[in-house]
Amino acid sequence: MDEVDLAIRDGEFFTMLGPSGSGKTTCLRLIAGFEQPTAGHIEIFGERADGVPPYLRNVNTVFQSYALFPHMNVLDNVAFGLRVKGVSRVERLKAAEEALAMVELAGYGSRRAGELSGGQRQRVALARALINKPRVLLLDEPLGALDLKLREQMQEELRKLQRALGLTFVFVTHDQEEALSMADRVAVFAEGRIQQVGSAEDIYRRPASRFVADFVGSSNVIPADFAGVGAAGQWASLRPEDITLDPAGREAVVTGRYFHGRVVKLALDVGGQALTALVAPRDDLPDAGRATRIAWDPARVHLMERGS
Amino acid sequence: MSALSPAIFAPRSGPLSRAVDWVIRHPRMFVFLMVLPISLWLGIVYIGALIALLIQSFFSIDEYSGLIVHEFTLKTYAELFRSYNLDIIIRTVSMAAAVTLAAAVIAFPIAYFAARYARGKWKALFYIGVMLPLWSSYLVKVYAWKLVLAKEGILNWLFAKLHLTWALEAALALPVVGGNSLSVSYLGTFIVFVYIWLPYMIIPVQASLERVPAPLLEAAADLGATPAQSFRMVLFPLAMPGIVAGSIFTFSLTLGDYIIPQIIGSSRLFIGQAVYTQQGTAGNIPLAAAFTVVPIVIMGLYLWGARKMGAFDAL
Repeated sequence: MDEVDLAIRDGEFFTMLGPSGSGKTTCLRLIAGFEQPTAGHIEIFGERADGVPPYLRNVNTVFQSYALFPHMNVLDNVAFGLRVKGVSRVERLKAAEEALAMVELAGYGSRRAGELSGGQRQRVALARALINKPRVLLLDEPLGALDLKLREQMQEELRKLQRALGLTFVFVTHDQEEALSMADRVAVFAEGRIQQVGSAEDIYRRPASRFVADFVGSSNVIPADFAGVGAAGQWASLRPEDITLDPAGREAVVTGRYFHGRVVKLALDVGGQALTALVAPRDDLPDAGRATRIAWDPARVHLMERGS
Repeated sequence: MSALSPAIFAPRSGPLSRAVDWVIRHPRMFVFLMVLPISLWLGIVYIGALIALLIQSFFSIDEYSGLIVHEFTLKTYAELFRSYNLDIIIRTVSMAAAVTLAAAVIAFPIAYFAARYARGKWKALFYIGVMLPLWSSYLVKVYAWKLVLAKEGILNWLFAKLHLTWALEAALALPVVGGNSLSVSYLGTFIVFVYIWLPYMIIPVQASLERVPAPLLEAAADLGATPAQSFRMVLFPLAMPGIVAGSIFTFSLTLGDYIIPQIIGSSRLFIGQAVYTQQGTAGNIPLAAAFTVVPIVIMGLYLWGARKMGAFDAL
């Protein structure tokens, strides 16, 4: 990781988005204290954190693998943070019961982690991380192992929980939809550097670089003069859903047609420039190999500041 | 276009191929054939011999004729409780316990390094380093240790060079465990036992530590556990099955060994030596058998106790 300059605000839901190996998890581990920076420094609520071991940071983590202790039952797992602080058994088990109730797992305390489903383990990990009342909660791809329906439900619950507790959440994911739907602000990582920081809408509507445009929402990254905004040598982002079929538009050849349910993805060739369009399913969509005509509103095209 | 290839190929010919195909179609037969040799070994050779031994221990010897009386009696077991024999048992069990404890303490950091940090050639080096002593003859190693520990040996010379002879002399002056030199004291027996059985402790502990996912220790630290607390509440309980497995080796191997205490140490007997002399020169097979039952009973009690204390909870 290289020259990452980041300020996360108190009480916000901050997402770090990027492909694997982009440095987002390393960034999270630096905040947790599992790794130490070789240069630069980290502050947590204004206090220098570099060189401070994880157990002296009031920051807790929900691990990707959940990392529940296999030799303890659920209740002892959740109560672990209080046990190491020397809280009495009666008190800490009571607090653990309450934490389990908060994640809707009341009554599961006597089970082993191995007896729970992925979604339930996820909730236990969440309860265990929250019992210490941390000032920052770090979440390392916590929903990665869940199926789609459960993931969407957990996304909503996490968001609600964050608002209710007023905590700072730092959420790492490689799923751009998840990042956009949950976060107050998003940082896009690539190759150990931050590409762009901004609100979800900012990132999506006004990507700063070709990488961001492509990674977030698979935009068409095209020469600016081709898109009809700006001069040659500049790059522009055109969202696939902003391309429409228009009998008065440019000539294009359909090179592929893929039915996705809610939308149909069309692979297009416009005078040698490949484009992707997302259109509503209709009966009269052109087949692969057929010619058609397309158009887009130049106002929807975003001219990018950086080429790379 | 050429003819289509068949969807199902013709059955294989030849009696062996057909027999294999039949077994593959019958998975229960396959499992049966696999466990057959080991069950025969365990059932007849191993358990059978043990039962024969157990029966022998309930016979007794006629003190005048020296012949075995084939009548069931507890007389032989009562003999174990004579102070001379009881001393042998206490001596052996104490040694086995001390060796096991020391082996566990020495093995743990080595196993932890191998499981957590050693990669590639360092891991290979670790395995070779741990296994290499097992490849050479046990007797050669024990005699080598006799030279190392002797009064004119390397260890004495080293202590002298380091001006630490006083420390060695203080250790040898200790009651019971001390002696004239390391090679004729319990201390020497202990050192050699620990050296010889150490690999049997390192390997299972390393295997158990390897199975502890790294995020578990990070999670413990993340939740506020100091390194000491992480060790006590997470790492140690999860390594416990490995430590118990290793201690079964070190404990029972020490209980049964009759060569090391014969070559290195005082001339007082250990269980293994007692068995050896009773079944050999003394011709008292029943007493030898009764002595052999002692380690079995002790190991049984040990495993039962370990289970009670939750040593296998992490399995």
